[in-house]
Amino acid sequence: MAAAVARGCGGLWRRARQCGAGGPAPHGQRAVASSATGGAVSAGKSGLAPWVPVVGLEIHAQISSNSKLFSGSQVQFAAPPNSLVSFFDASLPGTLPVLNRRCVEAAVMTGLALNCSINKKSLFDRKHYFYADLPAGYQITQQRVPIAVNGSLSYSLCTGNKMSQMVTKTVRIKQIQLEQDSGKSLHDDTRSQTLVDLNRAGVGLMEVVMEPDMCCGEEAAAAVRELQLILQTLGSSQAVMADYEIQRQIEELENGGTILNETRAFDSKLGCTVPMRDKEGKQDYRFMPEPNLPPLIVYDAKSLPANMNHQQVVNIDWIHERLPDLPSVKREKLVEQYGILPEHSFTLLNEEGLTEFYENVVKQTQMKPKKVIGWILNDLLSYLKQHSLTVKESPVSSFLLADLLNLLEKKDISSTAAKQVLAELWKGEGKTPLEIVKEKKLELIQDQKELEQICQAVIDGQENEVMAIKAGNQKVLNKLIGLVQRETQGRSNPVLVKQLLEKKLSE
Amino acid sequence: MLRASLREVSAALKEGRVSPTELCRRCLSLIKSTKFLNAYITVAEEAALKQAEESEKRYSRGQPLGVLDGIPIAVKDNFNTAGIETTCASNMLKGYVSPYNATVVQKLMDQGAVLLGKTNLDEFAMGSGSTDGVFGPVRNPWSYSRQYKEKSVPKSDSEDEESNWVITGGSSGGSAAAVSSFTCFAALGSDTGGSTRNPAAHCGLVGLKPTYGLISRHGLIPLVNSMDVPGILTRCVDDAAVVLGSLAGHDLKDSTTIQDSFKPFELPNLTDISKLSIGIPKEYHAPGLSSEILAVWSKAADLFKSAGAKVIEVSLPHTRYSIVCYHVLCAAEVASNMARFDGLEYGHRSDMNKSTESMYAATRREGFNDVVRGRILSGNYFLLKQNYENYFIKAQKVRRLIANDFVKVFRSGVDILLTPTTLSDAVPYMEFIKEDNRTRSAQDDILTQAANMAGLPAINVPTALSERGLPVGLQFIGRSFQEKQLLTVARWFEKQVKFPMIQLEVVKRHDHDVVQHQKSASFS
Repeated sequence: MAAAVARGCGGLWRRARQCGAGGPAPHGQRAVASSATGGAVSAGKSGLAPWVPVVGLEIHAQISSNSKLFSGSQVQFAAPPNSLVSFFDASLPGTLPVLNRRCVEAAVMTGLALNCSINKKSLFDRKHYFYADLPAGYQITQQRVPIAVNGSLSYSLCTGNKMSQMVTKTVRIKQIQLEQDSGKSLHDDTRSQTLVDLNRAGVGLMEVVMEPDMCCGEEAAAAVRELQLILQTLGSSQAVMADYEIQRQIEELENGGTILNETRAFDSKLGCTVPMRDKEGKQDYRFMPEPNLPPLIVYDAKSLPANMNHQQVVNIDWIHERLPDLPSVKREKLVEQYGILPEHSFTLLNEEGLTEFYENVVKQTQMKPKKVIGWILNDLLSYLKQHSLTVKESPVSSFLLADLLNLLEKKDISSTAAKQVLAELWKGEGKTPLEIVKEKKLELIQDQKELEQICQAVIDGQENEVMAIKAGNQKVLNKLIGLVQRETQGRSNPVLVKQLLEKKLSE
Repeated sequence: MLRASLREVSAALKEGRVSPTELCRRCLSLIKSTKFLNAYITVAEEAALKQAEESEKRYSRGQPLGVLDGIPIAVKDNFNTAGIETTCASNMLKGYVSPYNATVVQKLMDQGAVLLGKTNLDEFAMGSGSTDGVFGPVRNPWSYSRQYKEKSVPKSDSEDEESNWVITGGSSGGSAAAVSSFTCFAALGSDTGGSTRNPAAHCGLVGLKPTYGLISRHGLIPLVNSMDVPGILTRCVDDAAVVLGSLAGHDLKDSTTIQDSFKPFELPNLTDISKLSIGIPKEYHAPGLSSEILAVWSKAADLFKSAGAKVIEVSLPHTRYSIVCYHVLCAAEVASNMARFDGLEYGHRSDMNKSTESMYAATRREGFNDVVRGRILSGNYFLLKQNYENYFIKAQKVRRLIANDFVKVFRSGVDILLTPTTLSDAVPYMEFIKEDNRTRSAQDDILTQAANMAGLPAINVPTALSERGLPVGLQFIGRSFQEKQLLTVARWFEKQVKFPMIQLEVVKRHDHDVVQHQKSASFS
């Protein structure tokens, strides 16, 4: 339903309340720097309480619907410039907005998923400013009474020295408002021209306004990521650009991009924070009710009038009943069903399609889900990351991976060999794991006599080690096992090798 | 033929007494000979004749589209018309050709009406005289009537005739002049504070402002979105009902139109008005109301009383605040609505190219007249964060109070309110321009704008001639969406007062010429 774009974000600093700290906090801004970890910053010798950063975010999520918020123009990515512009989008005189019900449903759905109360009556306002890509000279938004208010978003992040501890936090959602996107201005500096593309003008956005409840870039990034997951779960986010955009912004946040104070703005074009120009700081948007749109009324089962055409109204209860499992619920289910760790469930959901991939592998293999997860997260995912591939683009299908894990589970190959096979599979030459095993002769040596002979040869060649083991140093046994593995090129079952060696050494 | 009512000429078309093309030609020809009225900004001669020919084919097949098929009409130049310039009488839109038809225009076309052209107005409909557009002022046809000439202008002094012509009122003065001079059978105006009723009163026409939300505004270039209503100008109440029937109803393109389906109606012949309750709001006895108009108003009330209706004085206590309230709301919406005219997408663009901002500024300075710029400036002032509460919000509250006044009165059992439409009859242009647009608008809208604030239907019915031989009209205000009742009462009143027809020499001469021409043609 939505592609999230964190286009604007604001941060501010709040002086930490400390017992005994003297004097009231000064008004105005104070130039401070902070590490991105969000720790309190020493106030130095001033004797004042240390500053702590607080981060609030305004996220613009593009509603994915076939048509724009107030016109019938199509919404499409990468269409030729100005090819998706209706008379209304170009703000020809006399044209009027007509609200797209699909966008309202998307906002209600998002509001419900973020635990908001849905305003059964919300209003539209005009926000005025002159800009080349804003043809009407105003944006239609919901400033006074937005569609959803007073929600919350829970998100988790890793903390601790090893980042191994998951902590769940909550940020309050102030409101979700429906509004129009603007067009795009392209500045041609050499010809000192500005080119305007209105394809995006009027596309529906949800602005999710978060309270400044976060205290660092990591928190903000985790919250945005969770929101993105929720939006994707509710509908779908097809806009690749948007994903790129959010990724970029998350990195920005993690790299300390939230070190903002009230006089700085986040410039999405420059990708960094810039001091607000005076003009912008003093901009008065001259808000006014949008007179061409009646109040937006949504219903619930109780308030829905009997004679109303159900196709034409938005019913909160109807949408509520059809909400898909949200990421938090999905994660709980994964942990419960497969016995994996909570952080594993986060990783699974964070990558689009990874959960499905994992579950498909689990379905097709005898290996325990708990063991499968290691292969998914350590082998598959790291390979994909290294090659900047999405799960969808993986050269190894869930079927092939399951096939490979089955060979391992049946003890046809060792796990060392399995990694070798996987390395071959990445090449995507269309061979099955079994074919690779055969070709490379990676199957475990099933002939016990042969294995016994190899073990004996290793024992005979390592007098010192044998002595040490016999003297009680069992750790050295591992070295012998390793040598057998090397001798067999990984084709021996280490458990079996260990048994054989122990037997021989005790003889 | 040209002086017939819409219904009469429709009957003539049906019976073949006149053909659509002949009718269209006659109207076009009369437009030419009344060019000095400046009623039209654009005459779409070719397109009109083509439409007339299409209509003629339908009639010859015996399949006309309805009452309006083949009827020449005119449309105020603030309605979008595909392929015909739409200027709003502003430099900003001079030469602008819209790619689409306003819903009301489309509806008229779909029913076979022949669009003769676009009529003159005050720039962006801001005014009450039709004197403040870039194409010059509109002259009231009554200035050239025998009735006015006999009473006002000494026959010997021809210079006086030039300086004595009176305004049409506005801002739909072009549409009013067009209908009043018989160049068309009906015209569309727009009505935000009285812009249809005011010129109707001054030009001796029926001017109907329907309930807000009954007729689509899609394609009407807005003045104040929350008050604008397409208006109907005709020569009689019946004709207004016909045009209303063809325009009313929900429009998917205008979310403020009501969903309920609208059934066109024929007006019943009212014989018994004893059950009718007519309210006379005392606040409409406003300062500046001419004694003449007051007398006409009282006489009308007596007329109802003597015919058995209940006539009671009522109070709309917040009326006196409506002027100032209207000005705040109007300016605020104007400031907002005009923001789109930046020279980028359409309309005038200044040559100034130092920066985008300087281009905006120059474009808007060159494109808008002082009236428009003044309202934009004050509107933006009212909308500033620090002023919003004190001006805009307050004005909205007052607006609600004004609307509630009406609700209370109607709830008390009053069916229709009877008021004057204007403070006086039309004034000479030379007189009118002595005051600025703002003062004039404030004075002239005083009796009409409250209906816009409340969204109520209201109609001007020409009632009598003043001592100077100029039309005086009275206004009936009805309940929301009770157009049928309003028009029924208006029609009853129209029948009683027998308002005289304008006696225009030019039209007589013209009708004669046409007949002459046809005769000679048939001989050759």
